[in-house]
Amino acid sequence: MNVLIKKGAEASIYLRDWHGRKVIFKKRHPKRYRIPELDKTIQIQRTKHEPQMMNKAKRAGVPTPIIFLVDLKEATIIMEFVEGKQIKQVLNSLTSEERINLCRQIGRLVGKLHKNSIIHGDLTTSNMILTPYGNIVFIDFGLSELSVELEARGVDLHLMKRALASTHYKYADECFSAIIDGYREIMGDENTRNILDKIREIEKRGRYVAER
Amino acid sequence: MRKVQEGYCLGIESTADDFGVGITSFDGEILANVNDAYIPEKGGIHPREASRHHATVADKVIAEAFKKAGIKPKEISVVAFSQGPGLGPCLRVGATAARALASYLNKPLVGVNHCLAHIEIGKIVSGARDPVTLYVSGGNTIVAAFEAKRYRIFGETLDIAVGNCLDVFAREAGLRPRANKPLGAIVEEIARKGKTFIPLPYTVKGMDLSFSGLLTAAINLLHEGKYSLEDVCFSFQEVAFSMLTEVTERALAHTEKPEVLLTGGVAANKRLQKMLKIMAEEHDAHFCVVPKEYATDNGAMIAWTGVLCYKHGMNIPIERSFVRLKWRLDEVEVPWVEL
Repeated sequence: MNVLIKKGAEASIYLRDWHGRKVIFKKRHPKRYRIPELDKTIQIQRTKHEPQMMNKAKRAGVPTPIIFLVDLKEATIIMEFVEGKQIKQVLNSLTSEERINLCRQIGRLVGKLHKNSIIHGDLTTSNMILTPYGNIVFIDFGLSELSVELEARGVDLHLMKRALASTHYKYADECFSAIIDGYREIMGDENTRNILDKIREIEKRGRYVAER
Repeated sequence: MRKVQEGYCLGIESTADDFGVGITSFDGEILANVNDAYIPEKGGIHPREASRHHATVADKVIAEAFKKAGIKPKEISVVAFSQGPGLGPCLRVGATAARALASYLNKPLVGVNHCLAHIEIGKIVSGARDPVTLYVSGGNTIVAAFEAKRYRIFGETLDIAVGNCLDVFAREAGLRPRANKPLGAIVEEIARKGKTFIPLPYTVKGMDLSFSGLLTAAINLLHEGKYSLEDVCFSFQEVAFSMLTEVTERALAHTEKPEVLLTGGVAANKRLQKMLKIMAEEHDAHFCVVPKEYATDNGAMIAWTGVLCYKHGMNIPIERSFVRLKWRLDEVEVPWVEL
């Protein structure tokens, strides 16, 4: 078995049999538009960085796929195949109550990441998988970083908000406020208030906002 | 003899350093596109000085547009103007001229979103139907695509625009714009001679970008004096444009649109064009670049978008036609796009 499940912008994701296991091969593509020196640096940096951050996330109590092998030369990571569906695929078909519960759960997980200095860097509903057991597994830590800065946390959640607005515009507001509720459970009132202020500041900074 | 038309729209653009007037027919024929740019003696655009320039040239540019189009003012059916986003003093000059014309001719007035106009003129001149647009200029860095009634912003700069970043860098390097050669074009020329890549901060956050760190680091390299200007320009361009291409690629992969449209002042850069073309082809998307005349700020884009707005009842009374300095692209509903 060797199925291309996704040709993403950054990498291709293959589903393969590997020593009797169903695994995910994540192979970063060389980007022909970048000069080789720059491309190589970015590729190695991201291939190395991603599994390290996934391990940190696990220690923080946020489910991520198990890493089996990392091959820097080939810019490939071999990891567990997580059964389930992307949140992006399920979110619009849920009842309002289910949707809010799910978003709260997402918010708690993001809170756990942030509490442990992990910034995901690409929090979209395509990068979260809902397993048949109702767990949410976070994937694609390719752009993640370590930071405790309010700024980094703000940008992380701002991205989430933007992703919701562009893909789930009908429910974007209720989803985001449920995410914030879950986030507050982990990060506490004061931190959450500061983050929300930061998000507003980032939105204003993002060139043109009516309220500015 | 020109065929009988439903009407004509005159559009005024004055968001920044350009004062432009365009006239288009209701079916999208561009009859005139006249522009007069404010060129600062030194430094960047001074909003008040730019607005003075606009006020001085406004009547001349409008008259020339009528002459070029070969029509009389009374043949105009709609007056459109760039209502925002942009520099307040500059926007107000265009708005004032448009209000005066509309009220004198007794014609409807339409306020057009500047970013939206870039996309619409880009589509009509390049033939793109449903693109992911990368709009890069001195004031804007936006990746947008149509989704549910609006052009949604998939990525944008979190701080300064890429064109601004290039300009400030170029001025720090002591470069001066020449006739018909903006700073970006001069950096491009010098970068072509660069050979050695010097690592610089590459800041992509999801689909958003940040250029301020790159700018600081590049300026520091200049002052260190260890590297040739050619190599610094080359590395600077490679990093900035790779970042832009990466976020455009993300938006393209996410939306699965059939086209990539490059527009804005920075669209003239051949290296950026090449990167995006390579990227688009890898995704089986068609790459379109808007010709310079319609990629930089221009009046024709306002006129054409004015037509689209007017046909959908989006004209505004003069007393509510105040300028909107921070008007976001994704605030505007676009009823004319049908997919």
